[in-house]
Amino acid sequence: MSLLEVTGLNLSITGKSILRNVDLSVAKGEIVAVTGESGSGKSMTAFSVMQLLPEGAEISGSIKLDGTDLTTLPESQLCEMRGARIGMVFQEPMSALNPVKTIGDQVAETILIHGTMSRNQARAQAHEMLGRVGLPPDQFSPTRFPHELSGGQRQRVVIAMAIALRPDMLIADEPTTALDVTTQAQILDLLKGLVAEFDMGLLMITHDLAVVSDMADRIVVMRAGEVVETGPTRQLFAKMRHPYTRMLFEASRHSVDLPEKHGSEPLLSVQNVARAYRLPRTKLFASAEHYRAVDGVSFTLRKGERLGLVGESGCGKSTLTRAILGLEPVQGGQILLNGAPVYTERGADLAVRRGMQVVFQDPFGSFNPRHRVARLITEPYHLLENPPSGTERADAVAEALRAVGLSPDDAGKYIHEFSGGQRQRIAIARALIIKPDLILFDEAVSALDVSVRARILDLVAELCESHDLSYLFISHDLSVVRTITDRVLVMRAGRIVEEGETEQVFSHPSHPYTRALIAAAPVLPDIDTQHRSHPHV
Amino acid sequence: MLRYTLKRLISLLLSLAVASLVIFAVIEIAPGDPAQFMLGVNAQPDTLAALRTELELDASKPERYLAWVGGMLQGDFGTSYTYRTPVAGMIADRLWVSLPLTIYALLISILLAFPAGIYAASRRGKMGDAAMMGTTQLGVAIPNFWFAMMLVLVLAVNLRWFNAGGFPGWDKGVWSGLHALTLPAIALALPQASILARVMRSALLDVLGEDFMRTARAKGLSRGQALWRHGLRNALIPVLTIIGLQVSFLLAGAIIIEQVFYLPGLGRLIFQSINSRDLIVVESVVMLLVFVVITVNFLVDLAYAIVDPRLRTRT
Amino acid sequence: MSRGLWIGSGLTAMMLSLALVSLIWTPYPYEQLDIPNKLLPPSLVHPLGTDHFGRDILSMIMVGIRTSMGVAIVAVAIGLVFGIPLGLLASQRKGGWIDEVIMRTNDVIFAFPLLAMAILITAVFGPSATNAIIAFGIFNIPVFARVTRGGALSLWEREFIFAARVAGKSRLRISAEHILPNILGILIVQGTIQFALGIQVEAALSFVGLGVQPPTPSLGRMLADAQTLVTIAPHIAIFPGLAIIGIVVGLNLMGDGLRDWLDPRIRVVRT
Repeated sequence: MSLLEVTGLNLSITGKSILRNVDLSVAKGEIVAVTGESGSGKSMTAFSVMQLLPEGAEISGSIKLDGTDLTTLPESQLCEMRGARIGMVFQEPMSALNPVKTIGDQVAETILIHGTMSRNQARAQAHEMLGRVGLPPDQFSPTRFPHELSGGQRQRVVIAMAIALRPDMLIADEPTTALDVTTQAQILDLLKGLVAEFDMGLLMITHDLAVVSDMADRIVVMRAGEVVETGPTRQLFAKMRHPYTRMLFEASRHSVDLPEKHGSEPLLSVQNVARAYRLPRTKLFASAEHYRAVDGVSFTLRKGERLGLVGESGCGKSTLTRAILGLEPVQGGQILLNGAPVYTERGADLAVRRGMQVVFQDPFGSFNPRHRVARLITEPYHLLENPPSGTERADAVAEALRAVGLSPDDAGKYIHEFSGGQRQRIAIARALIIKPDLILFDEAVSALDVSVRARILDLVAELCESHDLSYLFISHDLSVVRTITDRVLVMRAGRIVEEGETEQVFSHPSHPYTRALIAAAPVLPDIDTQHRSHPHV
Repeated sequence: MLRYTLKRLISLLLSLAVASLVIFAVIEIAPGDPAQFMLGVNAQPDTLAALRTELELDASKPERYLAWVGGMLQGDFGTSYTYRTPVAGMIADRLWVSLPLTIYALLISILLAFPAGIYAASRRGKMGDAAMMGTTQLGVAIPNFWFAMMLVLVLAVNLRWFNAGGFPGWDKGVWSGLHALTLPAIALALPQASILARVMRSALLDVLGEDFMRTARAKGLSRGQALWRHGLRNALIPVLTIIGLQVSFLLAGAIIIEQVFYLPGLGRLIFQSINSRDLIVVESVVMLLVFVVITVNFLVDLAYAIVDPRLRTRT
Repeated sequence: MSRGLWIGSGLTAMMLSLALVSLIWTPYPYEQLDIPNKLLPPSLVHPLGTDHFGRDILSMIMVGIRTSMGVAIVAVAIGLVFGIPLGLLASQRKGGWIDEVIMRTNDVIFAFPLLAMAILITAVFGPSATNAIIAFGIFNIPVFARVTRGGALSLWEREFIFAARVAGKSRLRISAEHILPNILGILIVQGTIQFALGIQVEAALSFVGLGVQPPTPSLGRMLADAQTLVTIAPHIAIFPGLAIIGIVVGLNLMGDGLRDWLDPRIRVVRT
């Protein structure tokens, strides 16, 4: 019999149906992954098992842990169950810990609350668990506060809290989504090790099919509150009976064909650029230390080139992006666009700025919610001396919208009327409207679901053909950079550690950091879907 | 922590210095000749000359400012022109009424507000919450001196539980002193308690929405346990800010409400001094009020650092 | 829109119309003395009774609401006119010297309790409604500057502001075009709350003689007159007090309701 048995689970929150007839099961020592895009209900499935649902939730069906139906248990018994028999790990390690309590106390609390040990025993057990998750007390004092730890370390503390009483069942809701790829690999290894060691069942929620394929024994694919397909990992990937599963798989490893690269004159020239921030002083009379966010970076982007910039969080890519956009001064070196400096002390040099536009990451934050699309995408007209007006302007708006696959009628709408993917298209339209020489894509597809991401990548590839784009594509996502760029820079701790033709760098990385990065990135199994998607042919 | 404290201390001293400059400028420079101002237009030339000498008006303005600040640092606030007694002693006498009244009211406010706020937050959206929020909405709106008049009307005049006013002095015993301050303290505290209860409630509700509260529930803590062990201390941070602000409001309120209860506190001294244009007393009392507010802000900053470890390492 | 917002707006509208009606009509001329009919309890002739000079209390309250609201509105306007530009300017370069100067000046003003400010101003310039307005107006400047700066700072980190900067727009222009319209909600909410506070401040200052001077009636002045007579004629204290409570409850309900309606995430400064 399975450890966890969910049958016919229906969930609605304040009348809105969230889950419909969900079935799944997890056995001891088994890792079951629930995957799907946003809105699929995968996280709510996890919270249903924990019985930690928002107010107004109505649930039917059964959730049995070792034969006990959790949906009918009174709250007091659920409290005894949570933490002791089921533990949970959350997506956001930065906010999942109480900022005013030490990590040792927070881990010990799980043990104390269930009253099985004395205070001293609980502390000893907490220290042992912190050691088990890779934070040995002699190196990471348990008297530290959460803000003194990195994201990966905090996630380890959350895991220690969840497994402190060796529960039968662990639930992990997107446990590595907020983490860098190298940290992600370590946390996934840790979870896998714990499952084997404690013989736990692990229900893991993730949007990342590649993580799933590496990790899970079985996979549950969800869409819009329903389970569309479920099965053992290998078998599921081999058959992919449901078209949605196939679509997810293909979108996850979507690749595009870029037109041939051409041209050779330098467009953007970054020469030995440095930017440092003053750190808050840690000692009373010590002189302030500086954190070198960007440290002697040089590269050239030529006309017609599609250049990638990859690196993990904190590597300096955001600082570099702002400097290239001319929004912030640099302290050393210079940045030239078409031979002229992008930053000038006295306000923006419109003539230089005209040559460059940007597409940001957040499809929800990049537009003023009070303006209509026509006004939003013509904002860069401010850079022109004689911006078009009247019908000329309307035609330009219509053309830009059409170029990104939207309708000219959309010009009169407000931004909240569009989905995330449509907003990214509008952002691209805004970047295109003054026909800049260079576009910066700053994590432009990172916040999108895989299927939407695939379509935006297609759009970029199309625009390369039709608009002869040159761009700098900044991303932490290696698979995206691999398909959308000709050449790539790898950045770490403010420096470019490797540079070369994209395929060359990915297939034969020379710097150890690049090698570690590529090794840590989870990959989809190599399956010839062309063959299997038409089995009847 | 030491760094943080020192930084706050420097900022405290700077604020005091700037505030004293502003007060000096308004009192000593704005009216033109302070001596002429205090005596009025019909002053005799010789009295005017005498006062000018007493105030050392012939000295340059920076010299007079430094002399004023230097005197205050040594506890010398000058001599009141109308009462002909040292200002420091007069203020100290009155402070023995106003300060206990402020602290008394602050305690009542906190003791009422914390349970009320926690109760309302824990019953969010239910009847108890709605009733509590309705009551505090009304409490916030009631002017404390009007409430004081109503208390006198009902509890002193009709029911005769308290005296309608007056203060026996602390030498008649702590108990009778406190008894005389009870009605004023209640009148002062209720509106502030209403504000504090609302802040407590919304701070708790904010914290209840935090991810770490969900983590606590996932560990097996009940709703109540999570609120006590993880919610309260985090909610305290905004509540502390309001408590700090309330000290200055309660002190100002005390000065006003002393008028209703005929209490011999700072209030009467101030209003008499304004009427008799005794700028020396006014200047000192205003400086004192500012000093209290700035010092309380400093203490609140220190309390932040105790509650929130993130502040101890950050600047 | 919530029930609180409806009740609050209704109450405010009622009080405001009483004040406006008093411009053209009151049951009796508010300054008309009638000593033989002094301290009359409420009756059909004088719905809220008469005061110690025999003046009609309803008429006085109508004019008093007008005076008190006038004082509060002008003081809030002072806060808005100076506080918003300062807050916007400070937010444009966080931690820059302009920001430092503005915020430190604000801190110093904030350190003066409102009453201390009023005492200082009155001691030198004499008690008057104008000086009460100036004192509360100065007090409002840092309040609005802080709210504006706080709201604006979070917007400066938003990507649509970066997009506007990439489009070459100056910080001043971005402040006017993108920042201000997006913080209007918080400013309206804070404005209502400061308005309510202004009613209470006028009452307190006039009560101790630092505000509106006779013969102009204001709610605070009426309470000051009532203080010695409250035991023999409670009605002359009760009604002006209820009027104050009515206005303040109305405005506060409206402010809270507007906040929830416009954006539940807005935080206001409560002083």
